[in-house]
Amino acid sequence: MKDLFSYYIGMFRLSVLEEFQYPVSAAFYMIDMVAEPIIYLVVWSSVAQSNGGTVGGYTAGTFAAYYIVWMLVRNMNIVFTPYGWEHRIRHVRLAMALLRPIHPLHNDIAWMAGWKVIAITLWIPIAAIMVWLFQPTFNPTWYQVVAFFVAIWGAYLVRTMFQTTIGLITFWTTRVSAIFELYFAGELLMSGRLVPLSLMPSWVRTLANYFPFQWTFGFPIEALIGNLTPAQLIYGLGAQVFWILFGVLIVNVFWGFAVKRFTSVGN
Amino acid sequence: MNTFRLIFFHLRLGIMSEMQYRVNFFVQLFQSFVALMVGVVSLLLVFSYTSSLAGWSRYELLAVMGIHILTGGFIRTLIQPNMEELMGNIQEGTFDFALTKPADAQVLISVRQFRVWQLVDVVLGFAVLLFAAYQMQLTLGVWQSLSFVIALLCGAVMIYTFWLLLTTVAFWAVRIDTMINLFQGVYAAGRYPVGIYPDWVRTGLTFLVPVAFAVTVPAEALTQRLTPQVLLGAIVFAIFLLIVSRLFWRRGLQQYGGASA
Repeated sequence: MKDLFSYYIGMFRLSVLEEFQYPVSAAFYMIDMVAEPIIYLVVWSSVAQSNGGTVGGYTAGTFAAYYIVWMLVRNMNIVFTPYGWEHRIRHVRLAMALLRPIHPLHNDIAWMAGWKVIAITLWIPIAAIMVWLFQPTFNPTWYQVVAFFVAIWGAYLVRTMFQTTIGLITFWTTRVSAIFELYFAGELLMSGRLVPLSLMPSWVRTLANYFPFQWTFGFPIEALIGNLTPAQLIYGLGAQVFWILFGVLIVNVFWGFAVKRFTSVGN
Repeated sequence: MNTFRLIFFHLRLGIMSEMQYRVNFFVQLFQSFVALMVGVVSLLLVFSYTSSLAGWSRYELLAVMGIHILTGGFIRTLIQPNMEELMGNIQEGTFDFALTKPADAQVLISVRQFRVWQLVDVVLGFAVLLFAAYQMQLTLGVWQSLSFVIALLCGAVMIYTFWLLLTTVAFWAVRIDTMINLFQGVYAAGRYPVGIYPDWVRTGLTFLVPVAFAVTVPAEALTQRLTPQVLLGAIVFAIFLLIVSRLFWRRGLQQYGGASA
């Protein structure tokens, strides 16, 4: 167990170091990080204004808060892309990873977690600028901040498990983009990424209860911007734990089947 | 070497190379369809709460979306794949092979790839545009149609020069592939007319990443919002950017030291 821990720390540090080698690249990435939520923020603030100030319980100020926190949550739940498995399988990477005594998934989790530290650090000044520009309405209590901090890591793990699961489909076929695109479309609409879930029609919200998506996006955001009661916060964290465990179960089951199908050639 | 013959030759080569993988057509069709559905759902959601967004009606916004898809398809057919290849060449040192050919390097790197299946988006964008125009009962005069085509062309030229300018930075910074993320992120803002954004965003979307000229200005031409000054400004800005990008490209070439023996 101690070895696993030092493995994580090592990967953590490597990940941070690698990202800092190309600053221009990192700068472009940061601009991209803010582009998507600004679009949603502006559009929905506009809608709120033309609708008498509120839409679905959100005002322009609370939309601003939602999407600024969105920026951090979005970075926290970036995980290894399911498209990456094709590259791994076709090039020798996966065979090499399987030879190591640690499950390859630990590599993904540790590597991307290192990146999160940078993301959190870079988000703080960006959020400060966004707050100055968009004037959000925003006063969380201390326990909401704590719950938020736990929830963003929970969101990271939930999304890791499920994106890994669909990535494993690559072991059976390489014509995966259709499945992946459907998955992402569903996630966009049911997670709170496009708009807060309270703005979606009720049938979408009911459907979303059967999927893990809302716990990766909407729940952490709402935890911080002050919408949820302590009971709801605990329920949400519990839901995250449930989906993580469920995800771990599925990954373990499919992993066995997937690796059996895998053969590799090369040195 | 006749430049136009060179361009057409590469185009044909690119098409033939893509045609080998006919299944990709269906894959692209499906992906475009999913993206379109998500876009339409967003619009429906917005218009379930309001009847106009910054002065644009539901079908006008659909027209903007159609132009966005259309132009996006063109970018992914011709501009993006070539610039991505150039970035990879510079990073890996294989750009020398393009330089040793007896043709202008800029022309060569701009036409090497032609992802013909991305034209699906161009067709789809047109279809959405036609549908929106029909619903708006749009009647187009000669001047309107002409200014629409000119605006579209200027927009496309500006996007090309933007990509070229930024890719040329690779001569100095080597790895800039996250530029692709940057462009895709900022281009997504073009789905809505830039007028809805705050001033500083709108300025950025006009002069930094010319999405406004690529999508909003043609949409304005169609919906009778375009003034002759703006159209003239678009033409002038396009020519200006062509010259600047060409000069910067040549400066970058001077800087490039070559990477293979």
